[in-house]
Amino acid sequence: MIIRKPADLRYSQVTPKQVYLSRRRLLSSVAGAVAGAGAVAGIGGLVNPSTAVLASMKLNAVKSKYTVDEKLTPIEAVTHYNNFYEFGTSKEQPAELSKKFDTSGWTVSVEGAVAKPRKFDLDQLLKLAPLEERIYRMRCVEAWSMVVPWIGFSLSEVLKQVEPTSKGKYVAFQSYYDAKQMPQGRYGGIPFPYVEGLRIDEAMHPLTLLCSGLYGESLPNQNGAPVRIVLPWKYGFKSIKSIVKIRVVEKQPPTTWNLANAAEYGFYSNVNPEVDHPRWSQSKERRIGEFLKRNTLMFNGYGDQVASLYTGMDLRKNY
Amino acid sequence: MPAQKSLSDRIISGKAAWFVVFIGCVIPFISLVWRAYRDQLGPNPIEYVTHATGTWTLRFVLITLLITPARKLLSQPKLIRFRRMLGLYAFFYGSLHLMTYVWFDKFFDTADIAKDIVKRPFITVGFLGFVLMVPLAITSTAGWIRRLGGKQWQLLHRLIYITAIAGVVHYLWLVKSDIRLPAMYGAITAVLLSYRIWMWLRGAAAKRPVPVAVGR
Repeated sequence: MIIRKPADLRYSQVTPKQVYLSRRRLLSSVAGAVAGAGAVAGIGGLVNPSTAVLASMKLNAVKSKYTVDEKLTPIEAVTHYNNFYEFGTSKEQPAELSKKFDTSGWTVSVEGAVAKPRKFDLDQLLKLAPLEERIYRMRCVEAWSMVVPWIGFSLSEVLKQVEPTSKGKYVAFQSYYDAKQMPQGRYGGIPFPYVEGLRIDEAMHPLTLLCSGLYGESLPNQNGAPVRIVLPWKYGFKSIKSIVKIRVVEKQPPTTWNLANAAEYGFYSNVNPEVDHPRWSQSKERRIGEFLKRNTLMFNGYGDQVASLYTGMDLRKNY
Repeated sequence: MPAQKSLSDRIISGKAAWFVVFIGCVIPFISLVWRAYRDQLGPNPIEYVTHATGTWTLRFVLITLLITPARKLLSQPKLIRFRRMLGLYAFFYGSLHLMTYVWFDKFFDTADIAKDIVKRPFITVGFLGFVLMVPLAITSTAGWIRRLGGKQWQLLHRLIYITAIAGVVHYLWLVKSDIRLPAMYGAITAVLLSYRIWMWLRGAAAKRPVPVAVGR
């Protein structure tokens, strides 16, 4: 039996996750028993335990023109190989330690140099534009990469709503941080709450994604639930997770990894095979699931779309 | 309690103990092979193997360095019989670690490897730590101890102190911001090396001529 939820379901009406998960667990154990009896072969895949753990809400998304035609990284890797230092610095910890992360009653405040500042709840925010599925390359500064089917729409849809003023030159983002819910955060070695920033033209670029889901469902906690930014031409750490504040500002805002280590992480952090990280080369990357390394592409292969944002800039200096 | 002591003595000297330690040390390797075979190395298997072999190298270097203080502090001089084996296991895991890098990270691109060693301090220091283990592994046999003479041999094998420090620094310079684990290994290394310094100072003090008592 497949339970279909209507597309316009409100986040507040969604079955609480714990209840949902326990139902799924029941289903998978039943499925296990059935499969064990050798009756149905397909059911095991339908309620595969690894997808059950993250499933919370199906999202209906339309196809997008901002998509690459490359083999997707398996969902198991996308959801169990994460950098989310608020939930621990190892790759496995976020999936484990964010299970109880409470994202109910989430709001995102959009403020600063704007004509119409506004605090959105999640339902309002995600109704500003139709959700699209966008398959993006993701290149981590640690020289590995993935291909992820994200769900969301261009951040510009949000910014247009609040009408940035002429003083709005940059956009600053802030993640949620609660030491009680994120006790591992104090060992991260970087300051929290996590902050990131873009130039306003970067923020208005159609590729800049306000993201609320992946693989057809709402974002798992470890991937930055309930809403995050995704910037496919920049190193992964620029794609800030679990955002609560978007502030349009006049001056270049501080960014977390730059605060932690300015010599290694710049404001722009565009993917660039010619500018090495001081401690390792950025010329190649390991695509998760592949054995041989790939050559890293300028702007992660998005040069056609974004290179014009940086015309005349010394990218070695503005790393 | 001499009876008890002779029992622990007998256990340590026995064939069974040697066998248990030998098998124990190879378990991390077998576990890696098993996980690889079962496809349980996670989404980034090469990173997993690199980190696991690196960590075990450092652990075995430190366990080897633990033997001398353990002999003295537990009054179990016979523990010395495990030291060579533990040291060779450190070299074994170090070789696997280096091979993972050379093969699966660099695919034998020697020019690129050379560039890395020169340009990347954490690789420079890690490579140094490994290279210093090579003469120790070669001269670990009884024949070489005889050829070099005990004193020379002992002097040479103090290179392990540098390997331990290099290993910790290699780890510390690798991590991005969370330094807890390298800091822990650093603290253990500091304790183990401080013990040597302390013993050396005590030895130096004992060798000083005793002042002649006057006015008796």
